[in-house]
Amino acid sequence: MAVKIKEGFKVVGKSVQKVDGFSLACGKAKFVDDFDLPGCLYCKILTSPHAHARIKSIDATEALKIPGVITVMTHEDVPRIAHTTAGQGYPEPSPYDTFILDKKVRFVGDRVCAVAAETKESAIEALKRIKVEYEVLEAILDPRESMKEGAPVIHDEEEARMIIPVPYDKEKNLASHADFTVGDMEKGFEEADVVFEREYESHYAQHCPMEPHICATYLDENNRLVIMTSTQVPFHVRRIVAERLQLPIKRVRVIKPRIGGGFGAKQEVLLEDICSALTLKTGRPVKYEMTRKEEFMSSRTRHPQILKMKVGAKKDGKLTAISMKVLMNTGAYGSHALTVACNTGSKVLPLYNKALNVEFWADSVYTNLPVGGAYRGYGATQGYFAMECILDEISRELDMDPVELRKINHIKTGESSPVFAALGEGKPGVEQKVGSCGLGACIERGMEEFDWAKREDRKKEVSPGKKRGSGMCILMQGSSIPEIDMGAASMKMNEDGSFNLNVGATDLGTGSDTVLAQVAAEVLEIPVDDIIVYSSDTDMTPFDVGAYASSTTYLSGYAVKKCAQKIKRQILKVAGEMLEKDSYDLYLEDKKVHDFDGNSVTYKEIGTRALYETDQHQIGAIASHISHKSPPPFAAHFAEVEVDTDTGKTEVLRYVCAIDCGTAIHPRLAEGQCEGALLNGISFALTEEYVFNKKGRMMNADFGSYKIFSTGDLPEMKVILVPTYEVTGPFGAKSVSEININGPMPAIGNAIFDAVGIRLKHAPFTPEKVLMGILEQKEKEAVPV
Amino acid sequence: MGIEITINGEKKVWDTKPSETLLDALRNHGYKSVKRGCDEGHCGACTVLVDGKAIKSCVMLAGQAHKRNIVTIEGIGTIDEPHPLQKAFVHTGGVQCGYCVPGMILSAKALLDENPVPTEEEIKTALDGNLCRCTGYVKQVEAVGLASKMMRGEN
Repeated sequence: MAVKIKEGFKVVGKSVQKVDGFSLACGKAKFVDDFDLPGCLYCKILTSPHAHARIKSIDATEALKIPGVITVMTHEDVPRIAHTTAGQGYPEPSPYDTFILDKKVRFVGDRVCAVAAETKESAIEALKRIKVEYEVLEAILDPRESMKEGAPVIHDEEEARMIIPVPYDKEKNLASHADFTVGDMEKGFEEADVVFEREYESHYAQHCPMEPHICATYLDENNRLVIMTSTQVPFHVRRIVAERLQLPIKRVRVIKPRIGGGFGAKQEVLLEDICSALTLKTGRPVKYEMTRKEEFMSSRTRHPQILKMKVGAKKDGKLTAISMKVLMNTGAYGSHALTVACNTGSKVLPLYNKALNVEFWADSVYTNLPVGGAYRGYGATQGYFAMECILDEISRELDMDPVELRKINHIKTGESSPVFAALGEGKPGVEQKVGSCGLGACIERGMEEFDWAKREDRKKEVSPGKKRGSGMCILMQGSSIPEIDMGAASMKMNEDGSFNLNVGATDLGTGSDTVLAQVAAEVLEIPVDDIIVYSSDTDMTPFDVGAYASSTTYLSGYAVKKCAQKIKRQILKVAGEMLEKDSYDLYLEDKKVHDFDGNSVTYKEIGTRALYETDQHQIGAIASHISHKSPPPFAAHFAEVEVDTDTGKTEVLRYVCAIDCGTAIHPRLAEGQCEGALLNGISFALTEEYVFNKKGRMMNADFGSYKIFSTGDLPEMKVILVPTYEVTGPFGAKSVSEININGPMPAIGNAIFDAVGIRLKHAPFTPEKVLMGILEQKEKEAVPV
Repeated sequence: MGIEITINGEKKVWDTKPSETLLDALRNHGYKSVKRGCDEGHCGACTVLVDGKAIKSCVMLAGQAHKRNIVTIEGIGTIDEPHPLQKAFVHTGGVQCGYCVPGMILSAKALLDENPVPTEEEIKTALDGNLCRCTGYVKQVEAVGLASKMMRGEN
């Protein structure tokens, strides 16, 4: 047997042309709203003006008189099935506390009833004419009040429950609880030379995908329900909608066309049920697109958290104990309430595995405020804010470079943390040792690029009224949910030597169609344009849990690799027959199979023989993958800010991110994912926030007053991809994008301290807060001791 | 109400309602590349060129487009023959989900038509009305610079 040794990758690691690039850049790619459905009705939802109320009556008489209004649907017209809108695997670790429509509303923006009309205008007009009588109830607008004696019970319906054995106490407005302790906390703090206790508060924010949530439903020629939807989780949509509407799963088909961004917002099954119910009722296609205002007020948000931290350290910087206690506001429903809170611990605490005494405790509580959900970072964003800010304070107390403190304490290759096993997603986690870890290199490369050593010198470069400062942090995330997530792929070969690759994985703008094609192309020794990718259609592609938990490249990518390897074996078998050689004595190169005597057959000849000539069969395969690990990507972030001491305005001048994502399968896309996450994080740290009135209504539900960063705000950003090789990932890859949203809050917060000496513990760092901090500090300094 | 407009070089006569926005009129007539992101003039996904200027079509009435010259992304290049801006956006990685991209490219085109050699600051100013949540803008700003070079025969 001869062996051909392959040197390096041919397709992996190359920034090939994005498979849908020109289709998108030329405006040809079709998003949900770009499909014309003859006879389509428009759906609009009447939402609650009250934070907490019981619906006494709904009178749609006047609405139904409007020409073109076909139907008004209320809670009386739909099955009452408690469910969660969280698009998670079954059994979902989120409480079943939501109904398609209910006789109670629990936040301003909660849905009351639905209209279907011939035109959007008629539907909007109908909303104005529906008369709803409410019994307004006392509302909870502060998570600190939720569990107090005598607080109103937000989920007083008997059906609300958890379907897995975890704590849930609706009488106390407790949507989830998790805790663990390893080591001896008392001893840990006794051993410490310094102990810091701080409280941090993170805020509401919205994902702001440029394409709002949108869904279109229709009955096909066989009376099956087709749901075309902007989703990250097509297979969960199929299961969850079938359950809510009491349909057999086989009657439902979910199609994901191009998606205009999601960032977790579209891991929710929000519109598909009501659209489907209207299609089933009217027999007609129905489309429902959220307005931007609804996107802010009625869809999903980042869960705000109050984090109580207590950290002990020795004089030499070694951490002895970490206590993290989280009070999370899940809003009116418990979507992702348990798992986001758990992630706050499980993605943050293992990073500092030198601390042997660790305690975590998290309550997620209901309030009558907008609903939390999955959002890029998924709890780690909140956790890293607290962790990395308190470590900055400790490093200053110990008179240490904050970088050194981290170097002493962070996890390294071959090491583990008891936290991995202690905290999972609704069940215990999975023990793992860290394989690839390029964090040391990330820190070094980041420091060098940022010129961390000269940060003090740069403070002198400022104009009057401005102060400059630098801050840093380190991070880790995961890659997929171990032993829970599954991705699958199928492939077939065509007679011209091209291949169809069908994946359940959901490209929502991330570029996964391209990355997955690269993985298959690498195995089969072909260019990416010989692969036709089709993703996420529940009738046509194999299963995949969907695009979440940083899983697609790592998990679905491995399924594609396995699938392509099966195809490769079949190609070799046919080629062996053609060349009269044992398949072990053959190798693939340049769309041909070669033997070691200089003979070869082309893929076209192999494909043609298989389909038309001899022993005809379809060269095809299917493969699935689960992971027993969730290998963390690692990153080091460095921020330099300039604070205007007269106005409090903070400008990020430079931001450096060095990331270890294993092998970057498509470096340009990987960088782009990082840059997107960073700017989202910077914008979240500085400007994005929900402003509520006293009745719990969001007052800034538009891009005019909810500021997300645009090109005019763009700081100098540098992303450095630090290569490592994760043996359990496809061609050494781990996840890449999600981790980077976690850095800006602590890095910028620490930089603001370095600039003006104030510690902001309540994000975002708006000019008002910074200026207040500066003024308070001046007052303190003015008081004689 | 009938309006006469030129779209991508073709003369059209459309019936519109007085309240119909240019965005709705364009989409209703099949110009699906013009995207709806906020319907309030903030996000720029619906940007088209009106007499060469980048305009948010969700805050312009169709009636106001009477006798005007409209260009959508379909009018500047095709998959077979893309415009340098389209090539540059794909090449640099300025396209992720791509929802903002038609509008972003048209804003860039309005800039390059007027100012073929813009500075980075000028590019950032020209794209400031087009929001993108996927890319962090770095590669989009780079793409406009690259397209400028390509259009001058430098790349």
